[in-house]
Amino acid sequence: MIYEVFRQERKGQAFAHAGSVEAPNEEFAEAYAREQYGRRGESTALWVVPREAVHEIDDFADELQKNYHRVDGYPLKEKLGKARELAAKSPNGLSAGAG
Amino acid sequence: MTDQVQKFLEIADDELILGWRNSEWTGIAPLLEEDVAFSSIAQNEIGHARAWYELAARELGTTADELAFDRRPEEYRCSRLVELRLVPDWAATIARHHLYETADEARIAALKQSDDPEIAGLAAKIDREEAYHRMHAQMWFERLQDEPRFQAALEELRPLLDVRDEHTPELAELWEEMTMVRRSVAGATW
Repeated sequence: MIYEVFRQERKGQAFAHAGSVEAPNEEFAEAYAREQYGRRGESTALWVVPREAVHEIDDFADELQKNYHRVDGYPLKEKLGKARELAAKSPNGLSAGAG
Repeated sequence: MTDQVQKFLEIADDELILGWRNSEWTGIAPLLEEDVAFSSIAQNEIGHARAWYELAARELGTTADELAFDRRPEEYRCSRLVELRLVPDWAATIARHHLYETADEARIAALKQSDDPEIAGLAAKIDREEAYHRMHAQMWFERLQDEPRFQAALEELRPLLDVRDEHTPELAELWEEMTMVRRSVAGATW
């Protein structure tokens, strides 16, 4: 059985995937996770999860290429540049930062 | 030598020799995860040995290294159980691990009750690490307990636990290997 191990570096932080261990049952998985991801003080807590319990989702439909939905789909750089230019030229003294 | 120092040496010798024997599995344990776990246990044991040697050394006016490596094999106070070279027999290795951890638990529990706060404190500290060794030994015990090979190994090894006055030839061989570097340069400390 493969168990996925997540570790938390400091209290309050999000758990991040650390790696996996192969073990015959949960008890062995815990012991192995402890030795591999916890014995050097590198973790404050571990989550040990059977791989089957992890539901992977990897199909994200985007048939119409709606790139404006994506984080990288709405470039502000150009617009900001133009706004700054306008602000600099403005006679009533608006500062560039307020553009 | 007081009884107490004798006791420290018994524990330290047990932990040093067992740590050494267990580390012989490094790289060849039955699975990668077990390799890491068992090697880590072996390292812990050697760390515990050091701590007890240091206590004994202070009483005897010597150093931990001298106690660990400069005595003759026949002067060691370890149990016969820990001396045996058991690689590649994993069933026997786990049988020894289980017998040893069970016996060690009682010994450490008694030391935790010591009137000397330094001894009680050290025993408590070591016990917190030993708790994981016991968990490890226990989970393997539960997995192997119905295997005839494992049961036979338990029966064979159990009587060796309390034998400390005569040693096996395997201890002398291990001693040669363990002290080779140290003996190669007179007066060297590492």
